[in-house]
Amino acid sequence: MAQPQATGQQQTERTNGAQPVNGMQFGIDVKPGMIDVVPDEEARLIVRNVHAYYGEAHAVKDITFAMRSRKVTAIIGPSGCGKSTLLRCMNRMHEEQRAARVEGQIILDGENIYDRSVDPVLVRRRIGMVFQKPNPFPTMSIADNVLAGYKLNRVRAGKGDLAERCEVALRRAALWDEVKDQLNRPGTDLSGGQQQRLCIARSLAVDPEILLMDEPCSALDPLATARIEDLVKELSQEITVVIVTHNMQQAARVSDMTAFMLLGRMIEYGPTTDMFTTPRDERTEAYITGRFG
Amino acid sequence: MEVGDMGLPKPVARESVESLRSSKSLTPTRRSHLSDRIFFHVTRSLAVLVLILSLLLVFELLRGSAEARAEFGIGFIWGTTWDPVAEQFSTLPTITGTLAKAFLSLLIAVPVSLGTAIFLAIYAPRWIRTPLSYIVESLASIPSVIIGLWGLFIMVPVVRVLQIWLKDNFGWFPLFSGPAIFGVGVLAAGIILAIMITPIIAAISRDVIRTVPRAQMEGLLALGATRWEAIWKVVLPYGRAGIIGAVILGLGRAVGETMAVTMVGGNAFKLVTSLFDPVHSMASQIASEFTEADSNLYVSSLIYVGLVLFAITVVIEIVAQLMIWRITKGQGEARHQA
Repeated sequence: MAQPQATGQQQTERTNGAQPVNGMQFGIDVKPGMIDVVPDEEARLIVRNVHAYYGEAHAVKDITFAMRSRKVTAIIGPSGCGKSTLLRCMNRMHEEQRAARVEGQIILDGENIYDRSVDPVLVRRRIGMVFQKPNPFPTMSIADNVLAGYKLNRVRAGKGDLAERCEVALRRAALWDEVKDQLNRPGTDLSGGQQQRLCIARSLAVDPEILLMDEPCSALDPLATARIEDLVKELSQEITVVIVTHNMQQAARVSDMTAFMLLGRMIEYGPTTDMFTTPRDERTEAYITGRFG
Repeated sequence: MEVGDMGLPKPVARESVESLRSSKSLTPTRRSHLSDRIFFHVTRSLAVLVLILSLLLVFELLRGSAEARAEFGIGFIWGTTWDPVAEQFSTLPTITGTLAKAFLSLLIAVPVSLGTAIFLAIYAPRWIRTPLSYIVESLASIPSVIIGLWGLFIMVPVVRVLQIWLKDNFGWFPLFSGPAIFGVGVLAAGIILAIMITPIIAAISRDVIRTVPRAQMEGLLALGATRWEAIWKVVLPYGRAGIIGAVILGLGRAVGETMAVTMVGGNAFKLVTSLFDPVHSMASQIASEFTEADSNLYVSSLIYVGLVLFAITVVIEIVAQLMIWRITKGQGEARHQA
């Protein structure tokens, strides 16, 4: 690595005192500017020395950084740099693929989501995910799509309660006005941008604390993209959002923090304004000025 | 392209367009694509041939059964007499027998097949998936007489033990009230048919499930679903048209299967009322009696049985198509997006 390894990093405790955030006392090397850039009391999700593999392929290499609470964190980088894989590690979706495995820790509220005792199903109810291609369920109506995840919780909910939750989720996803008169139509009847907002509504209906978005606009036209970006900014007032994008302008527009990845490693992480004006690493600069990627 | 030209293509000179036009005319000078035309006609003839064959089949069934139809009319379907000596024929027992064991076999085969298909398509690691898939597919190609022999010598004695146990413990239940002494009967025939159609349903369902996009399953998993919930609520509904198709294909085979069920069915011409009753089926009846049919009316009646069997398979196919049509109605988009 081009950057010097930290030797005497600050050693801080999480405010609740449950777990020390920093790696020092575990003998973990932490690169400067990766984790200390986020004050401990603001860290919502902490990724610590995470490696991810597809069989023999080492897709994510030793990444440590923290997501700020109620902010948008963008992960950028050229295709194949491991940014989607890293995102999928954050709600334990990576391991759903064949021969995929993860090493390291990802800490939510002082609890390592990769701990043996942790149920990935419960992790995913708190950390939602929106995918690259809109994937509404074609056999379900719009309303059923929205409530699909909520109904899994097996809460005995009355009809009125369900209708209300459906409406709230659709409103939060800025889709209600467009679909309120056709809630019983198949979700796949909507346009691509609407479908993606439907998928966002579906995630919001289970009240996640963190929403992971994997290139959510890559299949959408500029207008639909703009709507999703507005939505992301709005959502970040209530929840923590992590968005993977290969579109640097998008990262600059929507995010508060930006992480730059290259060949499976995280090269730089910091406030978005700093990253795009005064990048510290020359590779970051080369990428954001369009010299490669 | 030079750096200075802003990436715009250079204007094409007018002369070069003209010259292109003269050298590459759109009207051919000779008849081209002859092979395309031949190919078109060959494929169309083959398609027409298939159509003609099936029409001939129906025609022959109608012609051959004319005498019996004139003699017994539609009552042939609900009468219960089959008396070659008195030349009185009607075949309700074989119709009900055929349907009873076919549906019993579905009852057994569908859960087993779907389980196998889900395991092969979603859970199984590669080193199990490939050999197991081969085994499932090769099961489908075992000749039915072999399965029948196996059934008669190996399975029927086991079924007999099962029958006696069921009768001793659950004899009050009407379906278990029959004679539990033969081993052969509805239960044995249903099981043997289930064994024969399971590979078909499993292999096709596996292919159907594998075409369901991963994003569908992941979509529900990411909402906090267990794998079971994701498979049950998203993957199977997504592929349900194809899975129904697979089940119908299995049902078709179960209805028409002859050899194995003749060997383990018991072949008594009476209405079945319990799982232990010996059962005759339409296909078995035709196969076993055709050589001894000594009068024209007898032969004609057997062909009439064939006509009814044919009609039943057609009805099953139509019902299946209606179901698939109903299910996929309004989600045509979704199918294409897959």
